[in-house]
Amino acid sequence: MAVRVVFLGPLADLVGADEMELPAPLDWPALLAGIPPAVAEQLTNARVHVACAGRVVADKAALRAVDGDEVALLPPVSGG
Amino acid sequence: MRDIRLLTQMFIPGQLIGPFAQANPGLGAVCTFVGEVRGEAYVEALELTHYEPLTLAGMHDLADRALGRFNLMGLLMVHRIGVLVAGEPIVCVSAAAAHRRDAIDAVDFCMDHLKSAAWFWKRERRSDGWHWIEPRAQDHTDLKRWD
Repeated sequence: MAVRVVFLGPLADLVGADEMELPAPLDWPALLAGIPPAVAEQLTNARVHVACAGRVVADKAALRAVDGDEVALLPPVSGG
Repeated sequence: MRDIRLLTQMFIPGQLIGPFAQANPGLGAVCTFVGEVRGEAYVEALELTHYEPLTLAGMHDLADRALGRFNLMGLLMVHRIGVLVAGEPIVCVSAAAAHRRDAIDAVDFCMDHLKSAAWFWKRERRSDGWHWIEPRAQDHTDLKRWD
């Protein structure tokens, strides 16, 4: 019963890994508590977005990931 | 004709543009932009990462908006991911239309959005290691032209 958390771009460097697993269900406080503190700090930035099951979450604090979901942590894009 | 793709290998723009123009018979205008990795002396390589569930879907959404906003017959939007070196094409956008203004503006519109609002993360390798890149202020200014 897990949620896969994926770190994109510079966030993967902060963690030293591309992804990790956290127990499901996963809400915003559990996400912040479960990821490395350096990344949790980045997530408080409004320019860092969160996607759940392939969709960007409009309100990060309302995150509610269930078993099998993939949660992606998306730092500001560089553009193409 | 609509052709939206992410490519992991080097591509030759002419090999895409020729067939694209052929696939839109009766067009009166075709406008193409090709972006290449700039040959900066201190940059050894450029790496583009993407997020599979969002990046291509975002390009399709952008194509939908371009097709809704401009009077187009076809739209080609191809973007590289992976590691690239100077001189390699990184992006190619081509629009076919009955008249030039729609084709030119559609390409301009797509490029401004790809440059600052698409789901790509870019880093460049210099002699001292990898450095992440953020859009230039000018990229954001360019994007606002379409609000």
